[in-house]
Amino acid sequence: MNTEFMFFIQLVVSGIALGCLYALIAVGFVLILKATGIMNFAQGEVIMLSAFICYFLVTTFHVPFLVAVLLTGIIAGLMGIVTERLILRPMLGEPIFSVVMVTIGLSIFLRSMAGILFGHNNLVFPSPFPTEAVKMGGIVVSQTEIWIMLSSLVLAAVFFIFFKYSRMGLAMRGTADHQDVALLMGISVKQVFALIWAVSFITAAASGVFLANVMVINLGLSVVAIGAFPAIVLGGLESIPGAIVGGLAIGIIENLAGGYLDQIIGGGVKDVTPFVVLFLVLMIRPYGLFGKKEIERV
Amino acid sequence: MLKVNNIEVVYNDVILVLKGISLEVPDGAVVALLGANGAGKTTTLKAISGILDSQNGELEDGQIEFMGNPIHRLDPDRIVKKGITMVPEGRRVFENLNVMENIKIGAHTRTDRRQVKRDVEKTFDYFPVLEGRKDRLAIFLSGGEQQMLVICRALISKPKLMMLDEPSLGLAPLLVKEIFAMLRVVNDKQKTGILLVEQNARVALNFAKYGYIMENGKIVLDGPTDLLVKNKDVKEFYLGVTDKMEKKSYAQVKHYKRRKRWLS
Ligand SMILES: Nc1ncnc2c1ncn2[C@@H]1O[C@H](COP(=O)(O)OP(=O)(O)OP(=O)(O)O)[C@@H](O)[C@H]1O
Ligand SMILES: [Mg+2]
Repeated sequence: MNTEFMFFIQLVVSGIALGCLYALIAVGFVLILKATGIMNFAQGEVIMLSAFICYFLVTTFHVPFLVAVLLTGIIAGLMGIVTERLILRPMLGEPIFSVVMVTIGLSIFLRSMAGILFGHNNLVFPSPFPTEAVKMGGIVVSQTEIWIMLSSLVLAAVFFIFFKYSRMGLAMRGTADHQDVALLMGISVKQVFALIWAVSFITAAASGVFLANVMVINLGLSVVAIGAFPAIVLGGLESIPGAIVGGLAIGIIENLAGGYLDQIIGGGVKDVTPFVVLFLVLMIRPYGLFGKKEIERV
Repeated sequence: MLKVNNIEVVYNDVILVLKGISLEVPDGAVVALLGANGAGKTTTLKAISGILDSQNGELEDGQIEFMGNPIHRLDPDRIVKKGITMVPEGRRVFENLNVMENIKIGAHTRTDRRQVKRDVEKTFDYFPVLEGRKDRLAIFLSGGEQQMLVICRALISKPKLMMLDEPSLGLAPLLVKEIFAMLRVVNDKQKTGILLVEQNARVALNFAKYGYIMENGKIVLDGPTDLLVKNKDVKEFYLGVTDKMEKKSYAQVKHYKRRKRWLS
């Protein structure tokens, strides 16, 4: 097959792996946004903390990798419940803007805590995935990328089944539509919110663990969450399928732009592409691919 | 079955909306609550359902008893579990759920999952048109179908008492008839008590055995409906044909505004 085409496929495949990460981070944001109308600005810190937690479980405590991932997920879930209970619930009924400010406060608090607990050094995660890449008909994929794609697929399936078929999943979707009517159905909206924060933080933990495998771990890891914003906006803010499609699309576009344009312009294109897309989406189609045309909440 | 004793409700800590309401729904009875716009009918139902908190309202005084137990301090989910379900005004379906899911979500408090499946089929017997649309998103139903849907959604929780807030609002007369015929069957067969709030006094007084009339947060008149329909004031103010159409459209406009506010 011709090499031009193989190069394209290669870029798309690594773009998908990158897109899975964006999608995962975006879903974490969108879950909370959709159910409660709150943009949680501490999401990045949860990702960063999870990476640290997983790192120390594996290195200092010699916990096997999979168990460490599971424990990290549980810890993140509990953090979600505690956050909802101690910080968000007292803010119930306050303007959304104040609540969002509180999440910004939380992000600063968590980052300082992480600094105190885990230090300011760069750490390298002892990746459990073999370093040799897999060759498939001319394209090269790292094993880490393969695992990221497979796990994301499994997570997406679990999400789908949960929201489509489980009683609590249905209650969550109903609550996202109309909180006041959900109350009348006998749904404990408090419980739903606690669960949403838990699920969202667990999603953040998953992305944290993946990121730990592809990047150095330090306090700056929390910034990657901002990288998911273009995906969220492209997906339409309050749609979970939208966040997934948006994440994948941004990952692929970013990689393609990097692969083709960086040679010409000389670097840096890859990193700005998502934000160029963000800008274009906001101008042309501000409600994104899956969003409602009018946005009721502000 | 339900006893509301002298309740007072305040919104936003200042606006006294219910100024001592008392009413009673005997076991399996059908009771109507009538009154002009803004009288406080919806607020009364919300107080019973326990959802005032979430709307900046508060029960300042009085008690609400259900089957002999006080319920006015319970969370709304506990109240639903005790057997009171409310059908809110304005056909509040879950737009992004399909018809089937809208009904299933009404069974949230039930633990007998298998029986729920069978009961969902049974509710379709009441309104066969819904069965043909069971995979459709509720947002794409007609107004009448949405009203049927919210009634089914309430029924699936197997309530002992069902409270309906203006179910006839904006529906064609034929459909109003059909819905009330269905409610009659539910009341007869399952002995479900019904507390009905209506603007359409003619329909309500015809349907209920006993009626309360509210004005400005107070009950001003109550009695068996066959006596109420003969009352001179009731005839003039509630059964007068001339101004009824105006009232209806006004109610819709107002409702729309209120919904907006709660969403934000
Ligand atoms: N959430 C709220 N906050 C403040 N005031 C409210 C709220 N909800 C209702 N009110 C006020 O309380 C009064 C009674 O309202 P309610 O909705 O109970 O009337 P209603 O009898 O159901 O009227 P309608 O026939 O128009 O539905 C009105 O004056 C209304 O403006
Ligand atoms: Mg009303």
